[in-house]
Amino acid sequence: MRIGNFSRSQRMAIVQGILFIVSIIAVMQLWLFTTTMEAYLGGDESFVLIAVVASLICLGLNLGLFHYLRALDR
Amino acid sequence: MKAENPEIVAPYDQTPERQPHWRQEFPIDTPQDDYRSRRDFTKLMVITSVAFAVGQAWIVLLSRLRRVRGDAPVKDIAGVDELSVGSAKVFHYPGPTDACLLVRVSERQFVAYGQKCTHLSCPVIPKTEAQRLHCPCHEGSFDLLTGQPLAGPPRRPLPRIFVTIRGNRIYANRVQQGVV
Repeated sequence: MRIGNFSRSQRMAIVQGILFIVSIIAVMQLWLFTTTMEAYLGGDESFVLIAVVASLICLGLNLGLFHYLRALDR
Repeated sequence: MKAENPEIVAPYDQTPERQPHWRQEFPIDTPQDDYRSRRDFTKLMVITSVAFAVGQAWIVLLSRLRRVRGDAPVKDIAGVDELSVGSAKVFHYPGPTDACLLVRVSERQFVAYGQKCTHLSCPVIPKTEAQRLHCPCHEGSFDLLTGQPLAGPPRRPLPRIFVTIRGNRIYANRVQQGVV
């Protein structure tokens, strides 16, 4: 199905679903950020690189979902 | 499936001409308004996500800078005779704004820590009779011999400053790796 063919109620359901997923991912990133900062200040730098990769993956997912959302409006 | 037409508005999914009369008095398309507000909030959450990713990258940058900086230089901080057993002295190490505490715990044993509490950076006060460093802001306590948190909100140890005694002088030569 083409993106532009959704009815308004379907688009509303899609935007709510995307909003929910994006919010969950953002909360995960918040947790990751606070945990990494706490570990860094405590002298443990062993996982700062892994954490930044994980955060960038989360960001990629969010940007992908946002791109889909923009396509929905075109 | 019905193709989306921007001219069609709620609640009856009709064009403006076919809407009831009251729609002219109240032209707000509430479902479309809800849709836009959710879409805009999603945009805000994505911007927040970008900010968290930038924050993570910033931590990596700080970590790399810490390694590049290396160990702090050796600094003469006090004379052995300046402190009696149980007394303390404030000094600055490695930078001029990094306040630290030197405490004489016995005749030949000195310990030094960064003075900022690891909770909210209040200066800690030595309580040598209780073998603790006390933070008066939120009643935090650290062990005098190890710097480990004992009570209150702090969860991380105080950064330890390694000291050596040469002759009659005490020198700070290193900050515990990864803490400052």
